[in-house]
Amino acid sequence: MLKPLDIIIGGVGGQGTILAGRVLTRAAQEAGYDIKVSEIHGMAQRGGSVVTQVRLGEKVCAPMISEGGADFILAFEKLEGLRLLPYLKAGGAMIINDQAIPPVPVLVGAAQYPEKIIDYIRSKVPATLVLDALGIATKCGNPRAVNMVLLGALAGNLPLEREIWEKALADRVPEKFLDANRAAFAAGYGQQK
Amino acid sequence: MKELLSGNEAIARAAYECGVKVAAAYPGTPSTEILEQFSRYPGVYAEWAPNEKVALEVGIGASLAGVRTLVAMKHVGVNVAADPLLTFAYTGVNGGFVLVSADDPGSHSSQNEQDNRQYARFAKIPLLEPSDSREAGDMVGLALLLSEQYDTPVMLRITTRVAHSQSFVEKREPQPQELRPYCRNPKKYLMLPAFARERRAFIEERLAGLKEYSETTPVNRIEWRDRSAGIITSGISYQYVREALPDVSVLKLGLTWPLPEKLIRSFAEGVKRLLVVEELEPFLEEQVKAMGLAVSGKEYIPSTGELSPGIVAGKMIEAGLLEQQGGPAAGTVPEDAPAVPGRPPVMCPGCPHRGVFYTLRRLKLNVTGDIGCYTLGGLPPLEAMDCCICMGASIGTAHGAEKADPAWAGHAVAVIGDSTFLHSGLTGLLNVVYNRGSSTVLILDNSTTAMTGHQQHPGTGYTLMGKSAPAVDLEALVRALGVKRVRLVNPRDLAEVAEAVKEEVAVREPSVIICRQPCALLDRQSAPAPRVLMEKCTGCKTCLGLGCPAIAIIDKKVSIDSGSCTGCGLCVQVCKTGALAKGGADHA
Ligand code: SF4
Ligand code: SF4
Repeated sequence: MLKPLDIIIGGVGGQGTILAGRVLTRAAQEAGYDIKVSEIHGMAQRGGSVVTQVRLGEKVCAPMISEGGADFILAFEKLEGLRLLPYLKAGGAMIINDQAIPPVPVLVGAAQYPEKIIDYIRSKVPATLVLDALGIATKCGNPRAVNMVLLGALAGNLPLEREIWEKALADRVPEKFLDANRAAFAAGYGQQK
Repeated sequence: MKELLSGNEAIARAAYECGVKVAAAYPGTPSTEILEQFSRYPGVYAEWAPNEKVALEVGIGASLAGVRTLVAMKHVGVNVAADPLLTFAYTGVNGGFVLVSADDPGSHSSQNEQDNRQYARFAKIPLLEPSDSREAGDMVGLALLLSEQYDTPVMLRITTRVAHSQSFVEKREPQPQELRPYCRNPKKYLMLPAFARERRAFIEERLAGLKEYSETTPVNRIEWRDRSAGIITSGISYQYVREALPDVSVLKLGLTWPLPEKLIRSFAEGVKRLLVVEELEPFLEEQVKAMGLAVSGKEYIPSTGELSPGIVAGKMIEAGLLEQQGGPAAGTVPEDAPAVPGRPPVMCPGCPHRGVFYTLRRLKLNVTGDIGCYTLGGLPPLEAMDCCICMGASIGTAHGAEKADPAWAGHAVAVIGDSTFLHSGLTGLLNVVYNRGSSTVLILDNSTTAMTGHQQHPGTGYTLMGKSAPAVDLEALVRALGVKRVRLVNPRDLAEVAEAVKEEVAVREPSVIICRQPCALLDRQSAPAPRVLMEKCTGCKTCLGLGCPAIAIIDKKVSIDSGSCTGCGLCVQVCKTGALAKGGADHA
């Protein structure tokens, strides 16, 4: 019996959340899960918030995760992590990229980018893992592989074998980026709370 | 082999497997991927039509000529295609025909959230509603069979959460279909009044037959569980009900028009309390009520926006079907939570539309707008659009305003994209010329259909299947409509745009300004980011008025994110103190 797992991946359009989701579901399929995924395309992709919801289990009905229902939130950006916080289960874990991408209302001075987001999230969620994914990806030689660093950190916390992930990466990541993405994934995988 | 597919991918795959030969569409979220995916299968023909009406007419022709056919569009596209649809319902088909209507509850990417199930009833054609990708695929096959068996177009109605959610689908071998020979039959296909009246009678017979079929079809089924309450549901709502109320009895309807009255009655008899859970309109509920059955639905379930398992659970607590759990309700935001600013979509850095809207705002013009990425020009800080209704509306609206108030045209423009103009702006412009208006129309020509993910159109020089095609010459086209004042400007040059707009608005005759520059996501040859001369920046924030996501003011000084900046140079033009200088080696 596979334990149900509800995972939300959130970020800003263009950060590579979709590919991270595709590697995750490939791995989950290999591990024998039933899967439902929900994504929103279109208008939201023009620099708006983007969310991929991944539901794994023996048998999954709805493709969407309710508030208070997520076991994991993988936040590619701090504000998006804060926005998604109400979706986290009591006892769930937040993996968050320590990066701020101010939205236009903040850029034009119509709104404030909240201070101390990470402190606040830590105070609410004991299982919070904060990463400098951009720094780690840059060290691995590819600043664009932020998504793989974060996915690696999530993978390190999921009950799936390491080899399954290697296979999923090979299946989903284009050949010429594979080595750099593997390295970024491995670096993320090693991060601990 | 099973594969994780979105509803749209599953529909495309199933169409291929079921021998669909011809497919047509105009791109529109959440339907776009259906044709994109379908066009990649071997041995099929797929095209982007300039609008949904033409797409449907192409489909009618293909069906008439004897092949299985699919036409796809977003919900509002069916409004455009409604004219042929309502009479195609009379003629019926030769080759099987399925119309996919992709509705958008919650208006994720749309100007409204109309419930297109009403169209199926209005047109008197069968309606199928899948609940996940596998059903979406299976129902393509069923739709084609019903279409051929009952001589009718069939509507397959999906919603955003079916179109863009992924679940497992079994792939099957394609089943090629024989061409069904065309036989001339004016009484069936030539809808003159006398023949139309005969077909009208046929439609009622057809519906009676379909109603009987709906009683026994496997896509309408009762799932008996606890009988203290029973829920009638369809589409994605079925999944929410299963999630929120796993123990309740369910009548799951896949064929939702015409409805299986006997099946509904027997379900109602078997449960103590009857409810309908459906998104948007009380489409099922009203019909169940009309059967004289005691049922509740919209008194609990909202008729606006999307549903979710959480909403259904909450409403079922109100209805007394579920127990309230202890503790604070899921998702309550604690009082000490910091305020979370929104992240609305914005035009990309380097978007060629940005400078146009910046200029229109500065010139304080009234702007009748249209549908596309550029509708974002109506949001802060650009805020340069007064109205936006539907595809092509900008031009007719401008003309009407001028006829109501002749002074209007002296301080107004209509703004429309290239793909939108070819979709349905042409006739509006023809009308301006014919009825002696003096509107100024800006065609924002970014050489693509950007919003939906960069599809080809008659102006791009390529087809959906990747063949080269004649690209329409926009200047010649608008001249042919009778517009004498036509000019081409570079939207990256703010002074040039401002001058052209001022001149054309002042002239008392129709004029068209074509602002041509490819979409920044297509044309990625970026120039270096501007250099910031810190000592000159006064922190005045003028540059922020562009709403470019690459510009920020940090500690009272401008800062450019060189990672996302495309070097379009607009900010260099708006900065009055010279703090932003054109980047590049020769300036270093
Ligand atoms: S996709 Fe193209 S047209 Fe749309 S906002 Fe971005 S640059 Fe502009
Ligand atoms: S040059 Fe200025 S306006 Fe253009 S993309 Fe870069 S920062 Fe934005």
